[in-house]
Amino acid sequence: MVGKFRQAAEAAGAEVVECRSPDAALAAIARLLKEEGVGQNGQTAVWPEGPLRSRFHPELLAQLLPGLVLEVTRDSAAEARAGITEFDCGAASTGTLLQDASAAAQRLASTLPPVHIALLRAGSLAADVHAAMRRFDPARVPFLALVTGPSRTADIERVLTIGVHGPRRLIIVIYSTEASHAL
Amino acid sequence: MPSDLRQQVRLALEHPHLSAALTRFSEDYRLSRARAYEGVHFEALRARIADRKARAAERLNQLAERFSQAASARGAQVVRLHTPSEVRNYILGVARRHGARLVVKSKSMATEEVCLNATLEQAGIEVKETDLGEWIVQLARQRPSHMVLPAIHLTRDDVAELFSREVGEQLQAEIPQLVRVARQQLREKFLRAGIGITGANIAVAETGSLVLFSNEGNARLVATLPPVHIALVGVEKLVERFEDIEPILAALPRSATAQQITSYVSILTGPAEAAEGGAKEMHIILYDHRRIEMSEDPLFCQALQCIRCASCLNVCPVYRLVGGHVFGRVYTGAIGTVLTACIEGWHASRALEQLCIQCGACREVCPANIDLPELILEVRRRAADVAPLPVASRAALSIVSSRRAFHALLRAASLAQKPFAEGPFLRHLPLWLTEAGKNRRLPALADKPLRDRFPQLPQPRPGRRVAFFAGCLIDFVYPEIGEAVVRLLNRAGIEVVFPEKQTCCGAPAHFSGTPEAAADNARDNVEAFSGAGCEAVISACPTCTAALRTESPRALRQQGWHELAGCAEHLAAKTADFSAFIRQLVEKGALRLPAGASLPPLTYHDSCHLKRTLHAWQPPRQLLRGAGYELREMQESDVCCGMGGSYSLKMPEVSSAMLARKLRMIAATQAEGVALDCPGCLMQIRGGCAAADAPVRVHHTAEWLASLLEATD
Repeated sequence: MVGKFRQAAEAAGAEVVECRSPDAALAAIARLLKEEGVGQNGQTAVWPEGPLRSRFHPELLAQLLPGLVLEVTRDSAAEARAGITEFDCGAASTGTLLQDASAAAQRLASTLPPVHIALLRAGSLAADVHAAMRRFDPARVPFLALVTGPSRTADIERVLTIGVHGPRRLIIVIYSTEASHAL
Repeated sequence: MPSDLRQQVRLALEHPHLSAALTRFSEDYRLSRARAYEGVHFEALRARIADRKARAAERLNQLAERFSQAASARGAQVVRLHTPSEVRNYILGVARRHGARLVVKSKSMATEEVCLNATLEQAGIEVKETDLGEWIVQLARQRPSHMVLPAIHLTRDDVAELFSREVGEQLQAEIPQLVRVARQQLREKFLRAGIGITGANIAVAETGSLVLFSNEGNARLVATLPPVHIALVGVEKLVERFEDIEPILAALPRSATAQQITSYVSILTGPAEAAEGGAKEMHIILYDHRRIEMSEDPLFCQALQCIRCASCLNVCPVYRLVGGHVFGRVYTGAIGTVLTACIEGWHASRALEQLCIQCGACREVCPANIDLPELILEVRRRAADVAPLPVASRAALSIVSSRRAFHALLRAASLAQKPFAEGPFLRHLPLWLTEAGKNRRLPALADKPLRDRFPQLPQPRPGRRVAFFAGCLIDFVYPEIGEAVVRLLNRAGIEVVFPEKQTCCGAPAHFSGTPEAAADNARDNVEAFSGAGCEAVISACPTCTAALRTESPRALRQQGWHELAGCAEHLAAKTADFSAFIRQLVEKGALRLPAGASLPPLTYHDSCHLKRTLHAWQPPRQLLRGAGYELREMQESDVCCGMGGSYSLKMPEVSSAMLARKLRMIAATQAEGVALDCPGCLMQIRGGCAAADAPVRVHHTAEWLASLLEATD
């Protein structure tokens, strides 16, 4: 399923990083942020609440991820180079990420910065968007977000251009939570 | 024929980029759409969408009530409004209450329909479209020319000029840079705006949810950043259940932009947390404006199934030439014609309806299974009731509907044309064919129509027996096609009879929106064929075949002539197109076509009615290949040649442009001949080849096949 998801997500223009553990995912995030210059020259990243973030002590995060801002507001998200958000599940056939994005911080962090790092548990994958959508109860989720690839437009001469209003780079970090769970 | 429409068409065709850009787009679209639907059972999917949407359309009031309750329970303020002015006033009220100075919008056709931007601007409120294409069109002070790609008619140079003016600095016409400029300019607006306005692609009654599709991410930002969100939703967007999203989610991105799914799909059920914390203020306007009226109309209720993918524009051979500013108003292309008629009135859709050539390409791709050509014909019929056809057209049709008068006229014309005929082509045809000869040489009427030649054709001894339906073009212009069909049938030992009283199939009357005249034709033909005592009626014109099979019985029923309609249905069941019938004979071994030697390579042109109404694109190809012809497929072999019956006379500029393209496709194959199965297409393409001095022979499949019999006779 992960292979299929990866293929579809890449076809949609996303980058995919597979990690064997939450620790490895954190290391991957650190590498990606460094690559984007976060932590240098005042460049920042925002990371609203999520299950992976809560596994790590804020001090450890601050140490490993220089430039990280945990308080996500309009301003902090608008200024950030990268936004990190955690998705509830993925749809393998289209490489789609699904999230209860009712908390504004989730939407701000995934839409405003030019780089979006999306975290996804490997065990959360569903076969397709329809199966994945059925895991949410619309009555309890005011804002259900489906994200597939980076922001794109073809409005000028139909030339595909990435990153118009949302992120130009979408990196999906898929991580396994059990050591025995082979990816 | 309104001359301003012809003028608009001419200007569009003369535009330096328009047709070329749109045509490239539509060529790419056909291929990318097909790829996007790989592995998807399109017919099953669209049947599901049509079913859900049709059921919703039957009870819009009820679903609107249910939606209101569900969304209100979740904290949204839902209001049902009926007219554009009610919508404008409501939104203006919300804006004033909040003292909003800036409004950001994501793409919404409904807001175009109510002319919202002008109203807000007049009230001193700045409005920014945030979809890139919409913003470009807004800066150009134009309206969208396409429902999905609003600025498809503009080039990167146009955009660079518009953006340069907006930002006060000279920008290069480089697309990535222009997109960056848009991002910067609009980002600041998103963050500052007091109100965000969106439409919705789907509204779910049971949960009160709105579904928004977007690739750029602007709809997400419009719905998230400003403290107030107003969604303007036409009631036709309603579906009953949450699971009804599924088929639309599967089809809309594939049909609209050839994607598996758009980058962002947002499902909003009541207000979510605002960017500043606390719940957002969310207004949902369920907007009617004639839609309830439409839902009560037995035919036009179908148009409410539309999911606004614009694929009917993308495959339309006329839209790709003239664009949406000519072929559309707020809504463009085929569905635009129908919606314009229903929402703005019959007078408003008059110019649009005349642009439709009835090729049926849109019906094939519509993901909501809407019979668009039929709805456009109905628009034409109702418009004709309100404003009758011009006297000349009516006179012509009244002649065609009377067999005696029509045939007498054709015979007279055949004699009258003599001084003007040069070889097989006419410089000046009499009748209503005179104005259409510019880029196409028109054929002369035959000296002797098929009906007069028929008695001289020796028939085999009675055994199997079929009747031949000639149709006007084969009877009076191309009798040699009829003779070829008869020779092939005779070779299979089948006797062919020609009922003398047969007349026009009724298609011209049907397509010009005069069902009474079509019914007169149908009655004459039923009377002519009922006593013929034969196993089948064979036609070598797919338009005639389709008319006899479907439209004749229906036209008679509509007149209340039920007994005749029954006879017409009986006849319809026996009516077959030439190629399908002959292929059966060959398959069963009843007819053996001698394999020809050193035959010219051919290319095959699919006629609209053969391909899309009778679904018979294989039989002629199989017959020709079986007989030893090499077939070289041309690009877009099934795109209309521009004939469309009287269309080529009403819209000669469009028709000529379509023909020119067809001729280029033919030339690119380097085939020595063109095979086709429709005498109308034959007239168009052969005439075009002659006018262009193209060294290509154009014949009906029956002629290419029968010529092999002669070689062995």
